[in-house]
Amino acid sequence: MSQNALETGTAEADVDTGSRQDSDVMVEVRNLRTYYEGDGLLGGTPVKAVDGVSFDIKRGETLGLVGESGCGKSTLGRTLIQLESATGGEIRFDGTDITTLSGADLKDWRRNAQMVFQDPDSSLNDRMTIGEIVREPLDVHSWKTPRERRQHVKELLDTVGLQREHYYRYPHQFSGGQRQRIGIARTLTLEPEFIVLDEPVSALDVSVQAEVINLLEDLQEEFGLTYLFIAHDLSVVRHICDRVAVMYLGNIMEIGPTEELFSNPANPYTHSLLSAIPEPDPTAHKDRITLQGTPPSPRFPPSGCPFSTRCPARIRPPEYQDLDNELWHQLDTLREVLRERDRTEKSVTDRIRELLGKEPHFGTIDEIYAELFDDQVVPPAVEEVLDDAAELARGGNEQAALDLLGAEFGSVCEGHAPDGADEANDADAEEPVEPDYHVVSPSGRRSLCHRHDSDADYRKPEHVLDDRHR
Amino acid sequence: MAMESNPTADAQSTATSTLDTTATAASNATTTAGDRNDPIITVRNLQTSFFTDKEVIRAVDGVDFDIRPGETVGVVGESGSGKSVTARSIMGLVDSPGHILEGSSIRFQHVPTLRSFATTFAGRTVSLDELEAEHDPTSLFDHPEIDATPSTFGYDDREEATLEDFVGAYGDTLEFIGADECVFVRDGGTDDPESITDGFVELTRCTGEIQRKMRGGRISMVFQDPLTSLNPVYTVGNQLEETLRLHQDLSGQAATEEAVELLEAVGIPDARRRVTEYPHQFSGGMRQRAVIAMALACDPEVLICDEPTTALDVTIQAQILDLLKELQHERDLGILFITHDMGVIAEVTDRVNVMYAGEIVETAGVHSLFGDPKHPYTQGLLESIPGRQQGERLQTIEGNVPTPNEPATYCRFAPRCPKAFGDCEAVHPETVPVGDGHPEDEQAAHTTACLLYVDEYTAATHPSSRTPDQGAGEVEAMGGSADAATDTETETPRGDDR
Repeated sequence: MSQNALETGTAEADVDTGSRQDSDVMVEVRNLRTYYEGDGLLGGTPVKAVDGVSFDIKRGETLGLVGESGCGKSTLGRTLIQLESATGGEIRFDGTDITTLSGADLKDWRRNAQMVFQDPDSSLNDRMTIGEIVREPLDVHSWKTPRERRQHVKELLDTVGLQREHYYRYPHQFSGGQRQRIGIARTLTLEPEFIVLDEPVSALDVSVQAEVINLLEDLQEEFGLTYLFIAHDLSVVRHICDRVAVMYLGNIMEIGPTEELFSNPANPYTHSLLSAIPEPDPTAHKDRITLQGTPPSPRFPPSGCPFSTRCPARIRPPEYQDLDNELWHQLDTLREVLRERDRTEKSVTDRIRELLGKEPHFGTIDEIYAELFDDQVVPPAVEEVLDDAAELARGGNEQAALDLLGAEFGSVCEGHAPDGADEANDADAEEPVEPDYHVVSPSGRRSLCHRHDSDADYRKPEHVLDDRHR
Repeated sequence: MAMESNPTADAQSTATSTLDTTATAASNATTTAGDRNDPIITVRNLQTSFFTDKEVIRAVDGVDFDIRPGETVGVVGESGSGKSVTARSIMGLVDSPGHILEGSSIRFQHVPTLRSFATTFAGRTVSLDELEAEHDPTSLFDHPEIDATPSTFGYDDREEATLEDFVGAYGDTLEFIGADECVFVRDGGTDDPESITDGFVELTRCTGEIQRKMRGGRISMVFQDPLTSLNPVYTVGNQLEETLRLHQDLSGQAATEEAVELLEAVGIPDARRRVTEYPHQFSGGMRQRAVIAMALACDPEVLICDEPTTALDVTIQAQILDLLKELQHERDLGILFITHDMGVIAEVTDRVNVMYAGEIVETAGVHSLFGDPKHPYTQGLLESIPGRQQGERLQTIEGNVPTPNEPATYCRFAPRCPKAFGDCEAVHPETVPVGDGHPEDEQAAHTTACLLYVDEYTAATHPSSRTPDQGAGEVEAMGGSADAATDTETETPRGDDR
């Protein structure tokens, strides 16, 4: 901490002058974590919205941030400009760790980093004129004289493709695309270097979306801006971004140059995400990998790799190498069901029913088994494990059943040591194995997956996906 | 990327690879669908207007299309183009101040439905044969209160008009049709319902009990936001059972069993426990599955999907699109799919209608539409999608969708159209056939409403490009009316994220 404070002191001047020309890296993020504490008196388990990410943003580039809702991409964007405070890790802007800034220092620094929000309806105050909205940051920072402020705002309205007369109008008099232009004008008032764009075009129609994207590109060129572009529309990201980071459950799964990542993804999650985009071309024939289930709760992330519960290329234990894909699919569904059940809080009536030895509301485990495995050929070895798990689940101990299934069918992906001491040891005694980032191309693209580990003899994700899903 | 710049060539080069999947899917559908040529829903000259104090907004202004069993028909366009109002008109969900105008017709042609309705609603059933014996359809053009011409129904000659055209569109004016009558049968007496082999239910005339039977029972709808279609204070099972009780007369244990089966059918694991849960305990994708289960509870013939995946993530969207495809295949559903996402359109639909300001400006098979778009608006829409063509800058369409508040006497797209010429401001374009259609779009005609494809105009005038400045002027002029345009449709595309 003391080191950080020291850096803050020395680097403060740099923020204003932007004089660090020696390096083209503008933002360095190291092991950043943002947790939302649980409600309630005792705190509870925090939501790990951003769970240890590291990356750099170069000056003048556009870094895309993509992922499903709830993966933490917006939280990451908000943390970068200190709208949320980080739980741990560092964010260094031109060498200054801004997570340690506060008070006047923070306010001063904020001139440098701004944000455009997704919904132009809710991010503009209906009772203020466009002029007041765009001028507000100038007022807050007491920028020059009021007359100069007005002049500056009118020039900005010009810059973003609105008219100067719009200064006296209200937000409801504008269309969605125009409102987003107003939001963009507001972020530009203090001449920031870095702008976080949080889904800036998601709420817009496609033709309007194209106008706003063109505007953003023009502004970047004119003012030398650096963007963090958060979006879930991957075709937009491919168009505008230089590099892309793919997020899943608070972690960056893959990060690298856009074209390379799109044309030759390395991580199984990137593969799945890209294959899910419907392409505006009916002749395009794609083998879609449809992911099962939904992302786990960031409050209870799985141990090991964050993507392990849904991964279509998960490493399977060698002794079950010959099991049918279909059966694996059913086994995954079973574990998903058990996880869901384990997490659901049972209602009072259900608990009473259970105490009285009556069948709980939610059917028995046997029904699930019938549904999942009736038309499957289950080898005896697997059947034995399934029976044991069913016994545990019947006793209401879903977690024990899950542990058993995990120990038997899980692998390094779920945090089990590859060939270490297994079975006898109980799971929580040892630290789960987590995957590492591996550089997967000469451009320095990184991907978080055990399969890239060159020491172990795993097959490449794309080959596995070909076998299992195509 | 290079290949995408020329979709037609692309289509040919990859035709072999796509043929085996698309063609087999199509042929499978044909065998199960029986005669795919018979539409189950025929929409003719649909006009839905909203009568506000200030003005009359012609949200849907003369729309024609068909839906056949086993087929997915897409409707695409910007917000405010009238997509959702079209869907709600079919469902009979247009609320005051909105009204479906006289002259509109939505026919539901399904023999088993006719037979069952002719039994249940004998008093509201009419035989077309008997009517035709007394009233000559061609003479109805001279009826003082009917302002129809043969072209209203898409004919050249009044001899081609049939009584069907009139009873739907002008039933309220024709004194020989009772106010309640909305089941029209042909080829079979009303006395013996089992003998009915042809006819239709006129949805614009359906009221009361018969409308409730149609809505949910024969035609179901899936909305954009699953949370607004689910009641937060009842369990999902409760809500499914309610539908089953109203339409299938199931209750108690039987209804619960059916509800569990429905949830299983839409791919929700552990359905027996899930029926006892509340909507907030479901994830977004699961909720939309539950809504689809509810829509399918009564085994409808037609499913209307209004932006069903817009609020979902791409991976979940992929699941839902797969599910819809699967269910359509199993049940031979006719699907009307409304979306503004061209990618989804390309993936799921067989034929596409492009809507602009209340009108359909282009109709084509999906391959023709993407390979050879004809209308300048369609071309503009496709060009503004990132990644469809090379080049740094995206093409845009200047301005906004106008609010259609007066009868169209000109092309509504003309003020924004880069190819507009003088006559575009003065003549309302008729829909004309264009192109030969893509070989993979069987039977789908390619039509568009644009003067560029009408010889008499293109011969006389050369299309001249408008300058961008003129376009920018339009933006300014329309700034104030944009809100009204979006009000006509209840959609806010949004990807919720923290």
